[in-house]
Amino acid sequence: MKRTDTSNPDYFHKVVDCQWGCPAHTDVPEYIRLIAQGRFDDAYMVNRESNVFPGILGRVCDRPCEPACRRGRMDEKPVAICRLKRVAADHRGDITDRLPIAPDRKNGKRVALIGAGPASLTVCNDLMPLGYECTVFEAQAVAGGLMRYNIPSFRLPPKVLDEEIGYILDMGVDIRFNHRVASMRDLLEQGFDAIFVGSGAPRGKELKLPGRYDAENIHIGIDWLESVAFGHVDAIGERVLVIGVGNTAMDCCRTSLRLGAKSVKVMARKPREFFKASAWELEDAEEERVEIVVNHSPRAFVVENGKLKGMMFDLMEYVVENGRILDQEVTGEEFIACDDVVLAIGQENAFPWIERDIGIEFGPWEEPVVDKATYESTRSGVFFGGDAAFGPLNIIWAVEHGHQAAISIDLHCRGESLRDRLPVQLQMDSRKMGMHEWSYSNSFDPIARRKMMHVALEKRFENLHTEVELGFDAEQTAQEVERCLNCDIQTVFTDSLCIECDACLDICPVQCLTITANGSRDNMVARLKAPVLEPDQPFFVSGELKQTARVMVKDENFCIHCGLCAERCPTAAWDMQKSLLSFPQAAGYGGASTSSEPPCQQRKAG
Amino acid sequence: MTFIPKPQIDLPGQHENDLGLSLRDYEGSLSTLCAGCGHDSITAALVQALWEMSIRPEMLIKMSGIGCSSKTPAYFVHGAHGFNSVHGRMPSVATGASAANRDLICIGISGDGDSLSIGFGQFGHVIRRNVNMLYLIENNGVYGLTKGQFSASADAGSTAKNGTVNQMQNINTVATAISMGVSFVGRAFSGDREQLVPLLKAAIAHPGCAVLDIISPCVTFNNHEGSTKSYAYTREHKKQATETDLVPPRAEIKASYYAGDTHPVRLHDGSTILLKKADPDYDPTRRNNALAYLERHRRRGQIVTGLLFIDQNVPDMHIQSRTVATPLKDLDYRDLNPGSAALEALQRGMK
Repeated sequence: MKRTDTSNPDYFHKVVDCQWGCPAHTDVPEYIRLIAQGRFDDAYMVNRESNVFPGILGRVCDRPCEPACRRGRMDEKPVAICRLKRVAADHRGDITDRLPIAPDRKNGKRVALIGAGPASLTVCNDLMPLGYECTVFEAQAVAGGLMRYNIPSFRLPPKVLDEEIGYILDMGVDIRFNHRVASMRDLLEQGFDAIFVGSGAPRGKELKLPGRYDAENIHIGIDWLESVAFGHVDAIGERVLVIGVGNTAMDCCRTSLRLGAKSVKVMARKPREFFKASAWELEDAEEERVEIVVNHSPRAFVVENGKLKGMMFDLMEYVVENGRILDQEVTGEEFIACDDVVLAIGQENAFPWIERDIGIEFGPWEEPVVDKATYESTRSGVFFGGDAAFGPLNIIWAVEHGHQAAISIDLHCRGESLRDRLPVQLQMDSRKMGMHEWSYSNSFDPIARRKMMHVALEKRFENLHTEVELGFDAEQTAQEVERCLNCDIQTVFTDSLCIECDACLDICPVQCLTITANGSRDNMVARLKAPVLEPDQPFFVSGELKQTARVMVKDENFCIHCGLCAERCPTAAWDMQKSLLSFPQAAGYGGASTSSEPPCQQRKAG
Repeated sequence: MTFIPKPQIDLPGQHENDLGLSLRDYEGSLSTLCAGCGHDSITAALVQALWEMSIRPEMLIKMSGIGCSSKTPAYFVHGAHGFNSVHGRMPSVATGASAANRDLICIGISGDGDSLSIGFGQFGHVIRRNVNMLYLIENNGVYGLTKGQFSASADAGSTAKNGTVNQMQNINTVATAISMGVSFVGRAFSGDREQLVPLLKAAIAHPGCAVLDIISPCVTFNNHEGSTKSYAYTREHKKQATETDLVPPRAEIKASYYAGDTHPVRLHDGSTILLKKADPDYDPTRRNNALAYLERHRRRGQIVTGLLFIDQNVPDMHIQSRTVATPLKDLDYRDLNPGSAALEALQRGMK
């Protein structure tokens, strides 16, 4: 095999599984170390640089980082990354003097943004400091988009939203509340230099079964949540059926319990392994005694005299093999009585207000044609991001879309090619302090994942707005931070220094190192000390070693970054170095002057 | 100096041996030798060999004297017995332990100072007595604990780290052992694990005193240019005379093993040492041939490695002394101590 090119930022980035898994590439291990040192402000700012809404995401992020977390491979559960993010947000002091500032002198470019959700807000966050004038059109009377009215307040308190959205709007964003954009053509005629569509995926999917329109008590999940959020709905029947098992369904059933429902059943068509909801959201719903009923496929709404009586279901049986359904069969039927039904079977974006003859093309499913790298539509100067771009994803994806779209908008406004994007930059710094001393906590702590404390069941139903999760206490935080393996403190190998004494091979607690003759990948995999269990994990092959012309091979899969290889190396051929990755944002393109340092330059690596 | 202990992590895909033990179960405490010491590599090879052979930790005794080498028994098989004796006196303690309990597997670990200087006399006699043990010499050519003076195994003409040239002739461990009548002797290099592990297994299985001289570079005092026991020098001058493999009892000996010039040596416990000659003009079963071969290559500046001499017919200590077949601890008290009348009868017979 060829020598691995570790100067390519992707190699070490991939080793930091959480950062690789995060759409916005948040430097997770870095901020966890800062939390461990009690530097909550710094931890918050590291977060904010990439994900913009640490307090919000610290509660409701979809957490793609956690399933990716290396800790989950050797322990039952990954590091509670999301909960630690909330710790940084909850315990930060006043960080307002470290926020980006918009200059008084504008650069003369005007950007219109449609919808005040996470994608548009991120674009404003990135463009306001560069002197752009951002105008946001929001149909509702408040900002936040789905974060505000689709996520219940008992999971995400309005105070947290107000604070973090305020940081952006306070830069002087011109936000027009209660202003629904009715025509893209009209907007285009208003002379904006660029338009960003961040209008989300606001249309809940229908379930067109017999009886759907014969009774009133059948609700579309996201619309119903919105009505609850704005106080238009404050009650629901005693027996509620929620159709669908995504995260919205979990929010619907938990909200129902707070509005007077006594018995809530989540009706799933398929077995549990096919559920779309995140494991932790299912767990939280079940803790509140929501009943999850599997293998029930809805067939009809049963309505008598205009009043909903219940629903009829087909009982399903599936042949499942290796996580795939091979066959299914209806084995019977069942009537389940209820007072209300909430449909939470998905949502989609919809653009009835975009004319089809203005150069913005749509695909066969009425989805806009959007470039995956530049976020530009087929009409120059019109950009899409968030759920509006590629259908429903999540908040953290919307933030990343916002960052990328901001870069494109900046390039567009300056007349440069949208394809001329800056590369990711990698900086490596040794973490060696002295004999057996590293500037990070390199020992392995076998402690299990800390459990989030919740408000007692009887308490939480008293008020719709009582936040259920209490956050980690000091002791839990101190223990959880030690579970992080510091994957960003990389094992860096210099082949010319190696004397092949085997010390690193012997001390490695997970046997991830091997010195062996070079060969094809399959051939070498067979000779490694430990089996290769995750073929997708990075695989390091050094250049030829001086004495025997063999090569050093490392399977990154199980490496716990304990630094023992570097500690036992007599020639410092192994070193532990922090990989600091810089992901370009609009501010890094040097297009406009800013009155303050961009947050990425204020950053101190810990 | 603070060390972190080697973390204990249960990983998926880990193998177990016949006793259900993992490789980690054969490790010991964290080494305090210099980073990169050859001794640590030998320790790791021992861990590997003992694990592969499924040796019960409680049936193992680890014996040593004084020196860097003699610290190493602490670094493998924490569940085994151990004895850290006086400088150069490991062989007599090992002899005693082996005499009392012949079922134990005895590994004596010594160094070039411990065996070739202060313990040279004991080294000769444990070979003559053919005590059933693995006698392992971690040979680095210097006194590491006293900061790098030449040891008795340092080659004439090699230089110390400060430039001093060694004028004295060296003691050739392997040739000395052969001339003392050893029943099994080999030489290996700590940096060649593929050769070392099977050699260790054969030596442990051998029913007699198996001496292994293992070149084990001292990274701190003897890994410079001018040293003849550095990693680089040993790799460059190493000449493998034989390849060894140990086939456990009852295991099928595959036909492919017999390819080339392979010589099977069947041991009393039913296992077989397969000896493949890497060099056709070498015969590890004839003393004069082995000694001549060693001398020929020494003159060429080559370090001959592999199993270099084996003789299955040398009687071990228990046969020589006609001792009882049962370990003393398992004997009935009346058999072990037949009383004063029996003693008197014995003494009368000697008059």
